[in-house]
Formats: sequence, structure tokens, C-alpha cells
Amino acid sequence: MNLHEFQGKSILQGYGVSVPLGIVALSPEEAFEAAKNIQKQTGSDKWAVKAQIHAGGRGKGGGVKIAKTLDEVREYADQIIGMMLVTPQTKKEGKLVKKILVEQNIYYPGPEEVEEYYMSILLNRDKGRNMVMYSPRGGMNIEQVAEETPDEIFTEIIDPKVGLTGFQARRIAFNLGLSGTSFKEMVKFVAALYKAYVGSDASLFEINPVIKAADGRVYAADAKVSIDNNALFRHKDINAMRDLSEEDPTEVEASRFDLNFVKLDGNVGCMVNGAGLAMATMDMIKMSGGEPANFLDVGGTADAKRVEEAFRIILKDDSVKAILVNIFGGIVRCDKVAQGIVDAYHNIGEIKVPIIVRLQGTNAEEGKELIDKSGLKVHSAILLQEAAELVNKVLS
Amino acid sequence: MSVLVNKDSKIIVQGFTGSEGTFHATQMIDYGTNVVGGVTPGKGGQSHLGKPVFNTVKDAVDQTAANVSVIFVPPAFAADAIMEAAEAGIKVIVCITEGIPTEDMVKVKEYLKGRNARLVGPNCPGVITPGEAKVGIMPGFIHSKGRVGIVSRSGTLTYEAVDQLTKAGLGQTTAIGIGGDPIIGTTTKDAVELFMNDPETEGIVMIGEIGGNMEADAAYYIKAYGNKPVVGFIAGATAPPGRTMGHAGAIIGGKADTADAKKAILKDCGVHVVDSPADIGKKMAEVLK
Repeated sequence: MNLHEFQGKSILQGYGVSVPLGIVALSPEEAFEAAKNIQKQTGSDKWAVKAQIHAGGRGKGGGVKIAKTLDEVREYADQIIGMMLVTPQTKKEGKLVKKILVEQNIYYPGPEEVEEYYMSILLNRDKGRNMVMYSPRGGMNIEQVAEETPDEIFTEIIDPKVGLTGFQARRIAFNLGLSGTSFKEMVKFVAALYKAYVGSDASLFEINPVIKAADGRVYAADAKVSIDNNALFRHKDINAMRDLSEEDPTEVEASRFDLNFVKLDGNVGCMVNGAGLAMATMDMIKMSGGEPANFLDVGGTADAKRVEEAFRIILKDDSVKAILVNIFGGIVRCDKVAQGIVDAYHNIGEIKVPIIVRLQGTNAEEGKELIDKSGLKVHSAILLQEAAELVNKVLS
Repeated sequence: MSVLVNKDSKIIVQGFTGSEGTFHATQMIDYGTNVVGGVTPGKGGQSHLGKPVFNTVKDAVDQTAANVSVIFVPPAFAADAIMEAAEAGIKVIVCITEGIPTEDMVKVKEYLKGRNARLVGPNCPGVITPGEAKVGIMPGFIHSKGRVGIVSRSGTLTYEAVDQLTKAGLGQTTAIGIGGDPIIGTTTKDAVELFMNDPETEGIVMIGEIGGNMEADAAYYIKAYGNKPVVGFIAGATAPPGRTMGHAGAIIGGKADTADAKKAILKDCGVHVVDSPADIGKKMAEVLK
């Protein structure tokens, strides 16, 4: 589950990671008040005004501004709240901004140069361990750093028995070229960040940039935080942060029916049991001359109710020209699935696009017979190859 | 011969008396699998499906000499169940449970180091040696005893391959579902290695998907030590980057873990790659000729 920047930062702060003082605002007036409040508490005379949406690259689309006066805070808040923010990570129409985060300016003057670093924590799948990945080249796309100067990306693999060790934290600070106050600050920062990662069952922390301020303090200037969905059962507080309005509405609806659905851009919808077979079915659609319109795993119990919901969700997409149902019956019997399809078809009324049903496994023949005798305009198949050929036929 | 499980395996079911455990243990017993008992804490001393129930895995091992365990424990407690099985001396631990937190699996992986226990899964359909032992949730009837070993990250896609091999008259030595999570016990390479060393396995079907480096690792092993033909399929050529496709581990993280990149490495290492999942059985029949 992805979190907003302000939510991620509140988690970090709870573990002692220093973040700029920030207040969420829903209107220009609230932003103005927030900025005054921040000034009172920190003395900050500049403010960052940041759009809160689930997408990176917000600055590039005009979603992040530095205000030099309180009036500017109001002005920028007015511009950003309600805008359709387009970033390299959003769809081309952009995302509606409903909230902003007003923050203390941490690029204040002082005895040292302000520096920006990159830091992330994530799972190293090959090792089965978490790792801290970091670079002195902060504030830019890490993929670009990896391409241009791969030797400027460092990693520390963490032993789960002891967590991030003191020497690893020091090595990170040394590799970032720090000394004195900022060195000590960074050691503390990384240690707290790792505790936050494990403590919140995160699947990704990306802090880009980490800022060394002019007085040597270290801050998480941004925070991209994703939490492991499988661990949400033990984090009720974090689970409550889920912002459904940031997710695809069809995907949210699908998840309500326990359907695992991902919207894609193609013209052939599909409904499959099992994630691997679903991906393979999408691939097969492509090889048959179509483009998959979605990924949809109906799971182990493909009964009439779920099949019906799955059909309804797929049919919401006008670009769908055909639907391929591919069920490998194991524990689930194909004749029951076939009955489910027939019932769902009748409940929905008429389905205008051709449907291809491929049932294989337990009672596959009985399932095919049920479909064939139903009088519905449904093409049925048993072999995967037959299904592929039918997709090709209905498209052409 | 076969790998991991056979007719002599003594199998216990953890989470034996729960609904999942009961349903699938019944199917396993009906298949002829040698289930010697089960574990449900607090229900020790009872009998379930005609088999003894134990409070701990240790008790079960002491009294039945069990050496294989299959786990149907809910996700919040499954990591603990795996560690308990390893501690009790179980040699092959098959964890079916889907949805275990990654952080729990990081700890489990560490816990298993240096112990003589092999974990298969989690989030997998299990392991079957046709005609001998069904340790998991796969439909037994589609399998047939034969010549091909299967390793796969997916459930129903494995059944698809099994079905094609059965219809092609090739059958299976053992089919291993290794699971779709980011952290799993037995990797694709581990399973390929088992099959390469199994004299009865004449060919190997390797089914992978987007995300991670497991298929590439297996391919390099095949290139260096392979002694029998391998047919490979990678699911997810049409999956968009950055999105999790059902399996928690099925997410494209970079250029190296796309389906195309993996297929290229597989081909380079001498694996017979098929682009359509419908061609797995046909291709294996062809290369085994």
C-alpha cells in the first residue's frame, strides 16, 4: 500500500527520523495559517508547498513550490489545490490534487553547504535480506544515477539477527563524505530510518533527497513509503491511512470482491484463476493479435457471484472487444464454473462482446457441454491453443 | 526415483484440524499419500481423519518419525510454523499459506540457515510425485507418473503444464510449485539442480514469471552443469512495469527482470523457450525425441 508523503513522514517521525515541520492543508487559507504556525515554531521565513498525490516527479509538473512570503504560500496553495497534476508517473490527464503539505524551509543559510543525498531501504530478493541503498547524488532519478555513475550507488545488506549495525551506519555517513556534526546526525538518521522500516513492515522507503542542512542537521526532505499489504493486519493505524481516492476506482471495486484486478490498455478482457495463468493468458492474447485489457485473477472459488462481478468490472471498459475466460479447474469443478458463467450472463442481460470460455481440468467436458447447450453466444474451448485461435477469430 | 517426496515420505499436516487443513489433508489421503498425523496446538491427543493430532511438531516427529510437513496455518502464524517444523527436524517443509509478511520471511530465511531443512514455498501449490505422494493442493488426477520434472512459481499454470505433459504421454517425475512470493525457500535453480541429479527425470519444464533473478540464476546453472533438456516459459510479457501482478513477487523492478530479458538469458543458456503457454507439452515431446 502506498502512502502520501505527509503520512510517510509521520511514520518516520514516530521512530525518531528528523523531518521538516509540516502541516497538511486543504485550502489556501489553511495553508496560510499553517505557514504562520510553522514560522512561529521554527522561525522559518520560507516554506515548501507540496502537492500530496501518489506519484513521483511532482516538482516537474509544478506541484512543488518554494514560497518566500506568507502571501506566496496562499497563492501557490491556490494554484496547486484542485489542479490536475501531470508528472512522469501519472496518466496523461494527471491526478487531482486535494491536499497540500506546507513545510518549514530546510534550505536555510548557515556555516556549511547544503547537500542532497539519495537513500532507500528495500528488500534484496536474491539475498532475502533488507538493504539500504544510497548515493551522494541526491535529488535526481536513481535509475539515471545507476546508468551514468553506477559506482556512486552504495548498498548495505542488513543481517536480520542484529539489524543495521553501528559500523554500517558509520560507513554510510563516511561514504556520503560527512564529518563532524552532520556525520553524527547521519548515523542517527540511518539507524532510526531502518528501525522505522522494520517497525512499520514497509516494502519500500525512498528518501530523495535526504538533506544535510547548513547547520549540519539531517532531514528526510521527501518520503516515498510503501507498506507490505500482507502485514497490514498488524498495523491498524497505518491501514487507516489508505487513500482509496488515489487508486484506480475499478481496482478498488474489484478488491472489494476479492478479485485481483489490474487495469491495462488493451482490447481483450480476461478472467483467469491463478496469477501465473492470468499473466500467461494475457501473453497469449497478445500472440493471438489482441492486447490484454486487464489482469484479473478470480482466485480459487469462481462461483456465479464472483464471475458476475468480474464480468461487470471488465465490461466497464468500452475498449473491450472480447472477453476470454480461462479457468483451470482443480479443486474448482469446471461444470460449476460454467453454470456460474451462464447465470452471470443471464443476470447481466445481454453481453455485446463475444465471450470465449476455456475450461480445463475437473469436469471440463461437462462444463463445455453446459456452455454449448445454453444457447448463449459464447464460444467454448478446452485446449489452450483452441482458445488462442478463437481470440484471433473473433477479433478479425 | 523422484525428488523431495515419495511413497516412503512420512507426512504431517500443520494446521491439520482447520478447514483448509482438513479439506486438503482429506484429498491427500484419498490420493494415497502417507499422512501420519497432524499438528494443532491445544488439540494434541485427539484423532482427526483417522490420524493422531499432536500439540507440537516435535511431538509428532518423536512419535511418528515424520520427515515432511505441509503447512496450512493462517498467514500471521505461518512463519512460526515453518520455524517450528525446522527445529523439530522435519527435512522437507512445504508451506502453502499465502500472504505471509515479507519481514517474517526475512527472519525465517535466516532461521533456516545451517539447518538441515528444505523449505518449499510459501504461497505455493506444493509438491507432488505422481502415484506416490501429493503434498499440497494440486488436483491429483491430472498428473501421471513419467519422465519430466516441473518447477514453477505459479499454481494453475503448473497444472496447465502438467496436463499437457500427461496428454503428451510424457508424465511427470515430480512437480514442484515453489511459490510466488519475493522470499521463498526453494528457488528455481535449487529445483532444477534436484532434477538434474535425479536419474529418472529425463527433461525439465521450468515455468517462471516477471520479477527477480531466479530464472536467470537457474539458466546459468543449466548452462554450466545441465545434462538434460529444459523447456522454459516466462509469464508476464505483457505485464506493465512497477505493478504487482497477483503474486507479491511478480513485479517488474528494472530492465533485467522483464519477461523478454529473462527469455533472452534462458535462450542464451540453451533452454528451449516457448512463447505460448500452450506449447509447453508439445515442445518437451519434441526435444525428448
